Amino acid sequence: MSTTLHPFERNTANAFQPPPSALLIRRHISNALLIMLSTFFALFAVGVLFYLILYILRQGIPYLNLDFFTKPPAPNGEPGGGMGPAVQGTLILVGLAALLGVPLGLFTAIYLAEFGRGRLANAVRFIVDLLNGVPTIIFGLFAWVLIVVPQQTFSSLSGGVALGIIMIPIVARTSEDVLRLVPRELREASLALGATETRTILRVVLPAARGGIITGIVLAMARVAGETAPLLMTAFGSTFWNTDITQPMDALPLRIFNFTLSPYQVQINQAYAGSFVLILLILLASFAVRWFTGGFKRKF
Amino acid sequence: MQQHVSVSRGGAGQRGLVRLTARFGKRPIDLLFRGITLLFVLIVLAVILGVALVLVVNAWPTITRFGRSFLTNQAFDPVHNIFGVGPAIFGTLVTSAFALLFAVPIGVGASIFVVDFCPRPLRIPLAFFTDLLAAVPSVIYGLFGFLVLAPWLQHTGEPWLQQHLGFLPLFQGPIQGVGILAAGMILTVMVLPLIIAVSREVMLTVPTDQREAMLALGATRWEAIRYAVLPFSRVGILGGVILALGRALGETMAVTMVIGNQATKPSASLFQTGYTLSSVIANQFGEATPGLFFSAVIEAGLIVFVITFITNALARWLISSLERKGTRGVRV
Amino acid sequence: MAITVEHLNAWYDRKQALYDINLSIPPLSITAMIGPSGCGKSTFVRCLNRMHEEIPDARVEGKVLVEGVNIYARSIKPRYVRQHIGMVFQQPNPLPTRSIFENVAMGPRINGLARGSSLQELVEQSLQQAALWDEVKDQLQAPATQLSGGQQQRLCIARALANQPKVLLMDEPSSALDPISTLQIEELISELKQTYTIIIVTHNMQQAGRVADRTVFFLLGRIVEEGETTALFSHPQKKETEEYVSGRFG
Repeated sequence: MSTTLHPFERNTANAFQPPPSALLIRRHISNALLIMLSTFFALFAVGVLFYLILYILRQGIPYLNLDFFTKPPAPNGEPGGGMGPAVQGTLILVGLAALLGVPLGLFTAIYLAEFGRGRLANAVRFIVDLLNGVPTIIFGLFAWVLIVVPQQTFSSLSGGVALGIIMIPIVARTSEDVLRLVPRELREASLALGATETRTILRVVLPAARGGIITGIVLAMARVAGETAPLLMTAFGSTFWNTDITQPMDALPLRIFNFTLSPYQVQINQAYAGSFVLILLILLASFAVRWFTGGFKRKF
Repeated sequence: MQQHVSVSRGGAGQRGLVRLTARFGKRPIDLLFRGITLLFVLIVLAVILGVALVLVVNAWPTITRFGRSFLTNQAFDPVHNIFGVGPAIFGTLVTSAFALLFAVPIGVGASIFVVDFCPRPLRIPLAFFTDLLAAVPSVIYGLFGFLVLAPWLQHTGEPWLQQHLGFLPLFQGPIQGVGILAAGMILTVMVLPLIIAVSREVMLTVPTDQREAMLALGATRWEAIRYAVLPFSRVGILGGVILALGRALGETMAVTMVIGNQATKPSASLFQTGYTLSSVIANQFGEATPGLFFSAVIEAGLIVFVITFITNALARWLISSLERKGTRGVRV
Repeated sequence: MAITVEHLNAWYDRKQALYDINLSIPPLSITAMIGPSGCGKSTFVRCLNRMHEEIPDARVEGKVLVEGVNIYARSIKPRYVRQHIGMVFQQPNPLPTRSIFENVAMGPRINGLARGSSLQELVEQSLQQAALWDEVKDQLQAPATQLSGGQQQRLCIARALANQPKVLLMDEPSSALDPISTLQIEELISELKQTYTIIIVTHNMQQAGRVADRTVFFLLGRIVEEGETTALFSHPQKKETEEYVSGRFG
C-alpha cells in the first residue's frame, strides 16, 4: 500500500468495506485493546473500592453493637468490651481541631477572596497549597516537639493542634472557592447602601456562601477524623475513658491501628467494626457534600 | 465606593473617628476586621514557617554530626550513636516507584474510559466512586493490607510468583507476606484516585475540535486519543504523576502496617521487608532518647518535609503552566 | 461521486434536528447549504460523514447513498466512511503539537495510504492543491500553529485532501477568517471542484452565490427549497426562501 491512486480508481463498494490487510488488522486490534484495557482499569479501580468496603462491612457488622460505643476495650483480649473511649476521643479531637482549623482557615479564605492582592496573597495561596500536601505525620512531629515533649505527657490538646493544622488548608480552599462565587453585585449593593466592608462580609457575603463553607468544614472534619499518624505521637491513645485534654486520649483510627496488629482475634474483630464505623462516617460525609453542592448534577 | 456617614453629630469621639477615617480611608471597624483577618493569615504563615523551623532546629544535632552520611547510614543505632536512614530511603523510593509504575497506566487508562467511552449515566457515579477511594483513611488501607493482602501474598501470591518467575531476583528470597511488594500494592491503590482525578480533569480541557479533526480523518478512537488528546494532556498528567509521587513518598500508616518494619540485608527481592522514612518516624519516636536519637527522628521528618515540598511545588508549577496556556483551569 | 440522501432524520438526544431530508447531490460540483442559525445545515453535513453520531446520545435514521452504497449500512464502519468523505471545520484545527508536514501526513499515515518518498509527494501535492505549498515549502517542519488563520485553514484543507477523499465537506470554512483569506479559500474551492464533490455550509449568501453550482435552503430542520444557485436566488419558488435571500430574516 505505498502508491497513491487517483480518487476515482477505487471501487466504492470496496472502499467502504476494504479487504482485511495487515494495517487494518493492526489498527483494529490496537483500538480494541485500548477499549478493553481502559474499561478493565476503570472497573478495577471501582472494583477494589467495592471489595474493600464490602469486605470490611462483612467482617465488621457482626461485632457492631451497643457495647461497641459504650464500653472500653477489655484487657488482654478478653471477650466483650468495645471502643467507647475511642469514639468519644475522636469526637473531642475533631472538635478541638475545628476550634483551631475553622477560624484560621475561614479567615484565610476571607483574606484571599476579599482583600488579598499582590505578593502577599500569592505567598499565602502558595503556603496554603503547601500545607495541603505535607504528610500529616509531620504535623504530628511538630506538635510532639512543641507541646508533648516540654509537657512530658501525651495529650489530646497536642493532637487537636496537629489535626487543626491539617484542617486549615481544606477549609481555606473550599471556602475561598465558594466566596469567590458570590456575585460581585451583592457586595456592591451592600456597600452602596452605606454598609461597612465588615458588615458586608459578615452579613451579606458569608451568609450567601454559607452552604459551601459548611460543606467544606464537614469535609475537613471527616478527613481529620480518619487521621492516625499525627495522633501517634500526640494523643497517643488509651484504653480508658478520659475527657482531660491534657492527658492522652484515644481515637478511633488509633484504636483500629492498635487492634489490627493485635494477637487477639477479639480485638481484630473490633478493629473491623471500628473500620466500618469510620468508613460509614466518611461515606456519609462525602455523599452529603456532593448532594449539597450539586455534585451529582455536575455536567461532564 | 464607600459613602461616608455624615458626622455632623459632633463630639470628640466622633471627631476622632473622622480623623481615623480620613487618615486610612476606611472606617475603624473595617480596619479592625482587616487587622484580625491579617492576623489570622499571619498565624497560618507562621505555622508553616514554624514547622520548618522546628524541624530544622531540632534536627540540627544530627545534621551537623552526620551531614550527608545520614542518608546512607544503615540503621538507628543508639548504642553506638550512629543514625542513618539509608534503608528507609531505599524503602521509600522502591515502594513509591512500584506504586507509580502500576498506578500511572491504570489511572490514565481508567480516566480515558471515564472521559471517552463511559456511557453518560455512569459518568457521575464513576467519578464519585473513584473520588471515594481517595477518602478512605490510610489506617483502613493498612488494616486491609495487613489482615487480608499480606496473608494472601504469603500463602498464594508470592509462592506463585516465586514458582513461575523465580528466575528473576525480584521474586527470590524468603516469603513473609508483609514486605515491599505488599506496601507497593497498597500504595498503588492509594495514589490511583489522584492520578485518575488529575488525568480526567486535564483530558476534559482538551478542546473537542482536536479530537474531531482526527476522527474526521478516519482515525480509530485510540488514534484520536493518541494523536490529539494525549499530546495535549501530557504536561498536566505529568503534574498529576508528580503529585501522586509526593503522596506516595509521604504515606505513613498503610505502609507502616504492611512493610514489615525490619531491615533485612538489602536485596533485589520484592519479598523483603524494610521500612520507609515515615514508618521510621512512626516506629522510633517512642524510643527516642533526648539527644542524637531524638534529633535523628526529627531529621527523618525534615527529609520527608523537604521532599514533599519539592514534589508539590513542581507538580503545581506544571499544572499551572497548563492554565497559562489559556485552557480551562485545572483545580486539584 | 454522486450522493443521494433518502429519508434522513437526526436527533440530539430527544430533540429532533432533521426531518425527512431527501436530496441528490451531483458529482464534481459545489453544493451550498444555506439557512439561518440552528436550521440544521451543519447537522446535515455531519450526517454525511457520520460525525453526528460521535455526539453523545445523538442518533441518525435513514439512508445516505454514495455511488449506490449506503454508508449507514450495518456492515460499514464510520471511520472508513470518513476517510473518503473529508471534512474541514469552521475553526481551523491543526494539531498544535505537530509540524506542518506531520499535520498533512496524518491522514495518509494512519490510513496507510503512502509511506516514505510517496508520502512526501502526497504531502506536496496536497499542499499545492490547497494553494499553500509556495508559502510553506521551506518550513515544513515548523509547528502548524505558526501559520496565520487563513494559512491554517488551507492547511486543514490540505490535510483533508491528503486523505484522498472523494467528497469534501466544508462547515463554514471561512467564517472565522478575514476577507482576503476568505476570497483565497473561495478561489481554492472553485478549483477543487474539478476533482472533488464539494458540499459547503455557509451563512453568507454572497459566498454561496459566488462559488456554488447548486444551493439548498434549510429551515427548522427541513429542506425548503433547492436548485441551481442563480435560479434559487433570483427566482425563489417558496416564500420563506424569498424572505431569507432578500435578507428579511436570518
